[in-house]
Amino acid sequence: MAVDYGTLKKGGFMRQKQKNNFSLRLRVVGGNLTAKQLAKIAEVSDKYGEGYVHLTSRQSVEIPFIKLDDIDEVKNALEESDVQPGACGPRVRTITACQGMAICPSGCIDTYALAKELDERYFAKELPHKFKFGITGCQNNCLKAEENDLGIKGGIKVSWIEEKCIGCGVCVKACRNGAITMNDNKISIDETMCNFCGRCIKSCPTDSYDTIRGYIVSFGGLFGNSINKGETIIPFIEDHDKLLKICDTAITFFEQNANAGERFKFTIDRVGKDKFKGKILEVYNE
Amino acid sequence: MSEIRPNYIVDITDVVCPTTFVKAKVALEELEEGEILSIKMNDGEPVQNVSRSIKEEGHEILKLIDNNDGTYNLLVRKVGD
Repeated sequence: MAVDYGTLKKGGFMRQKQKNNFSLRLRVVGGNLTAKQLAKIAEVSDKYGEGYVHLTSRQSVEIPFIKLDDIDEVKNALEESDVQPGACGPRVRTITACQGMAICPSGCIDTYALAKELDERYFAKELPHKFKFGITGCQNNCLKAEENDLGIKGGIKVSWIEEKCIGCGVCVKACRNGAITMNDNKISIDETMCNFCGRCIKSCPTDSYDTIRGYIVSFGGLFGNSINKGETIIPFIEDHDKLLKICDTAITFFEQNANAGERFKFTIDRVGKDKFKGKILEVYNE
Repeated sequence: MSEIRPNYIVDITDVVCPTTFVKAKVALEELEEGEILSIKMNDGEPVQNVSRSIKEEGHEILKLIDNNDGTYNLLVRKVGD
């Protein structure tokens, strides 16, 4: 019987150098796995693999040395503990995320909740080529948002509340961009210098800033054979539903315009940056 | 604003992160609730981060004073035991 490697790859089984051996990529969202899932992964790697796993560069787990004949059995065993095969090939890949504001003091957005949402919305969606989402909680950029086809970075937009301010001056120094100045106990913010890092509000003793949490989205990042830093079109997106619409628009643009095997950056370049920008702005300004 | 008079002073200009915060935290532990500590720190990383850590510990920051010599004094009122 002929082996359909394409279908296997689509299902997360990647052909190894060693004949009839596959490295099974697992579905991981935002880098989190439960203890139950880990126990099952350990069990399966011991029973069907060679007793170890490989952690991929994008927060997934692979179990190498799965035998061709065991594939169905392995899938069933993993399913018992809610572990599914991941995505390889020309489709939406693992949604990566840092721990975000649920865990990290620096986080500005709930990265894991967003990763789960995007995973439900797009997991393994068929496209002309691979498509990577990465979500990072703040300007520290631990998750390297701009190296993804679509990167999302959390931010906080602030506006000063005069009545609550004690004029201590801490925020002026906490800001690394020099966007905040204080004269006669009055704060002014140079919006052109603010990068939405949120350090001012996080250090403010009296929480004298109104805050809006939002997203800085970059498009067309690559970090493989070619390297490109994803570019931002809209400085700050405040609305969650708008963010999802923008993701939809970007994916649809890729789906409709990309040649097979062409990464998002090259589709944008070939079809025209202005045209892509126009589509995004149209949705944003709706 | 009227002058705030600290009860104690700690100098953390001789240490680097994360010892800056540790030294400030240890000093705060010696205070009674409501007493004020003045923390002398260097410009740059300490002044950017120590204030935030003090806030996260639940103490009340009153004022950051620029000594105009590359150091600052952060006045903190101790909250809790």
